[in-house]
Amino acid sequence: MGRYVARRLLQMIPVFLGTTLLIFLMVYTLPGDPVRGLFGDKGVDPATLARLRHEKGLDLPILQQYWNYMTGIVLHFDFGDQIASGRPVTDVLGDAFPVTLRLAGMAFVIEIVVGISLGTIAGLRAGRLTDNVVLVFTLLIISIPVFVLGFIIKAVFAFQLDWISPNVSGEAKWSELLAPAIVLGSLSLAYVARLTRTTMAENLRSDYMRTAIAKGLPKRRIVGVHLMRNSLIPVITFLGTDLGALMGGAVVTEGLFNVKGIGGTIYESIQKREGTTLVGLVTILVLVYLLMSLIVDLLYAVLDPRIRYA
Amino acid sequence: MRGAKSAKWVAGAAIIALAATACGGGDDDADKSKGGSKGAVNADGIFSVEVGEPQNPLQPANTMESNGSIVTDSIFSQLVDYDPAGKLEMINAESVDTKDSKLWTVKLKKDWKFHDGTPVTAESYIKAWNWAANIKNNQTNASWFGDIKGFSDVHPEDAKAKPKSDAMSGLKKVDDYTFTIELNSPLPYFSYKLGYTVFSPLPESFYADPKAAGEKPVGNGAYKFVSWDHKKQIKVVRNDDYKGADKAKNGGVIFKNYTTLETAYEDLKSGNVDVLRQIGPKDLPVYRSDLGDRAVDKPYSSIQTIAVAFYTKQFKNIDPKVLQGLSMGIDRDTITKTVLQGTREPATGWVAQGVLGYQKDAAGDVTKYDPAKAKKLIKEGGGVPGNKISIQFNADGGHKEWVEAVCNSIKQSTGVACTTDSKADFQADTNARDAKEVKSLYRSGWVLDYPVNANFISDLFRTGAAGNQGDFSNKGLDAEIKKADSAASLDASVAAYQKIEKELVNYMPSIPLWYYKVNAGYSEKVQNVDYAQDGDPILTKIEVKK
Repeated sequence: MGRYVARRLLQMIPVFLGTTLLIFLMVYTLPGDPVRGLFGDKGVDPATLARLRHEKGLDLPILQQYWNYMTGIVLHFDFGDQIASGRPVTDVLGDAFPVTLRLAGMAFVIEIVVGISLGTIAGLRAGRLTDNVVLVFTLLIISIPVFVLGFIIKAVFAFQLDWISPNVSGEAKWSELLAPAIVLGSLSLAYVARLTRTTMAENLRSDYMRTAIAKGLPKRRIVGVHLMRNSLIPVITFLGTDLGALMGGAVVTEGLFNVKGIGGTIYESIQKREGTTLVGLVTILVLVYLLMSLIVDLLYAVLDPRIRYA
Repeated sequence: MRGAKSAKWVAGAAIIALAATACGGGDDDADKSKGGSKGAVNADGIFSVEVGEPQNPLQPANTMESNGSIVTDSIFSQLVDYDPAGKLEMINAESVDTKDSKLWTVKLKKDWKFHDGTPVTAESYIKAWNWAANIKNNQTNASWFGDIKGFSDVHPEDAKAKPKSDAMSGLKKVDDYTFTIELNSPLPYFSYKLGYTVFSPLPESFYADPKAAGEKPVGNGAYKFVSWDHKKQIKVVRNDDYKGADKAKNGGVIFKNYTTLETAYEDLKSGNVDVLRQIGPKDLPVYRSDLGDRAVDKPYSSIQTIAVAFYTKQFKNIDPKVLQGLSMGIDRDTITKTVLQGTREPATGWVAQGVLGYQKDAAGDVTKYDPAKAKKLIKEGGGVPGNKISIQFNADGGHKEWVEAVCNSIKQSTGVACTTDSKADFQADTNARDAKEVKSLYRSGWVLDYPVNANFISDLFRTGAAGNQGDFSNKGLDAEIKKADSAASLDASVAAYQKIEKELVNYMPSIPLWYYKVNAGYSEKVQNVDYAQDGDPILTKIEVKK
């Protein structure tokens, strides 16, 4: 177990280096210069431009820039400064992450609670009306693009019924985040429900279930312990990677509801060619992904003791 | 049994579909015909304005884009300002005088103070300008001080060279409240430039830590800075000690950060933000009926053109007649009405409205749609090389639709093949322009820096001007611009530039398309909302209702 974790952690190092280098190279190959962007439409004073580029180290070869940046992160936990505003990237991340974390967390909870309950209900009544209703419902959600769903929710609940405010304010209160969280979580929710339903329906027919029923165990125990534990392994796998996706993939939802989180920051950094900000963000997202998949792998053993780690 | 099941699903689907469509038309009647009436005013009321996150720290000489400049303009006052007709007004200056347009004497009002209580003196200006012009401080707007004598000493052209001096020799203090500015050469409209944010004074505390001062600016303007919650909002409150004529009629402003214009518009409708600077393309067709008389539709001093890449093989030795022909092949009236939904006004010259020296129909009939004449002119000029043009634009700026329309219009009326050359975003677009890689034509625009017609001619078409990215060059025109710049008086200079504008039609340095308009709106909470020549709302005049 300990060795397994250590090995997994060591594996993170090449992944971490590879992804950051890739992002760095990708931003570098995009046409357009972040410093030039500061001057806008009206032409540039070449001397000031050259001076600014030099000051930010942007006139160095790309690999040297990458080296400088990575040593800064690893040795001093220094993510560099944003090119335009001059703010430390850690500040920018510190502003954006808590908001997105809350949004993703809420979406995640909605996704788990609603998704697993729907899946369980459908799985236990496979082939019957409830199952079909859930099927249609999930199909509908999967097929509606996120921005359409966002518009519908805004139009109905904000403009027609006036229950919620259409956009999230600067404070990003929990109540304001509910609507975007529903939109963000809905797609994954449908997948969770479907995954749960299928594995449940399958496991219902398995030998250990028949044995459990034959032993005369109460229904609660059969479903809650025997069925659930075995059925949730694929669901947990999905959920683990999904948390990462929720945090990174919120570009559309955050833009739609004016949430000042990671999604918008990523979008803006790409547009302004803010390589350092982007790499900082992605670095943290990569860490989230790696940690989540580690936790998922470790959870397998809890759910199914037959799984052992060498 | 099966039938019953499917009936249930159909009913369910129908409800969702209804909910989705019902929203389309319903939300406009709620707000209709409410605003506009004048109510009792709360002089200490605070209202909010839609902005984006400022790109740079809030240092006056470093702020060029609109999100930052609307904030710095509220915190800093300059020596002068303009009225809506483009006439000069004294703000922090008692007087700005000159005899020869080369040596300017500025007298300051004596009772002005910065927000930290220190007095605004001649030194506050001289030191600030020297600091901003110095290449060591990397201010993006440093080149604005280029007219002043000694600029090249503090800002050498070679980026590696060390500045020879820390101060421009053209700036001299006479006494605490008087200083003189000596220019390299006479410039009759120099006093107009002084209203630009770059020429703000800075308090002594600024120099201790310019970076921190950019986060927490201390100015001399109508509003005092309170807080900057990055990417969320910036708050300023009225400066009660303000001595300027443009004292705020409200308690303060919150600059609220929005990522898209659409979300801002939704918030305006639900009362979460009070003043917009712009309406997104999606809402333009409905905003007038949504907002009633709170909808704003007003021209401002800004022009859209199609610029020519004169460095290309295609246009290197082009006969201006060809460009005149292309210009006459564009149906500006129809495009502004349909594609742009009335948000632009067809241009009739190169100088935008609202600036000193604007004249109607300066371009003659070159901007009028006439397919027959267009074809004739192009033929007379020897035709478009390759009989094919392309128009470059940035796809992230909402230009795609009208560029396509212009292209189609040219194609139909003149038979010249026209394609659009889309660059992914503004960065890629400017990149291609700077690297002189534009293949044929490109979309271009200009918003005024100071309300004199020279700004739309000298800064765009003079050989080597920063705004002249298409490398247009004409010796005769350069000489005339030089002559206009050395005219004896402002009026003479403006008149000279008016003459030049009338002649531009013989050179066709660019194809004028249309003037921009402010299409914006405001909430029921505020009144007296007006917009200045640069398209920004005039914050100090806005009143908050009780």
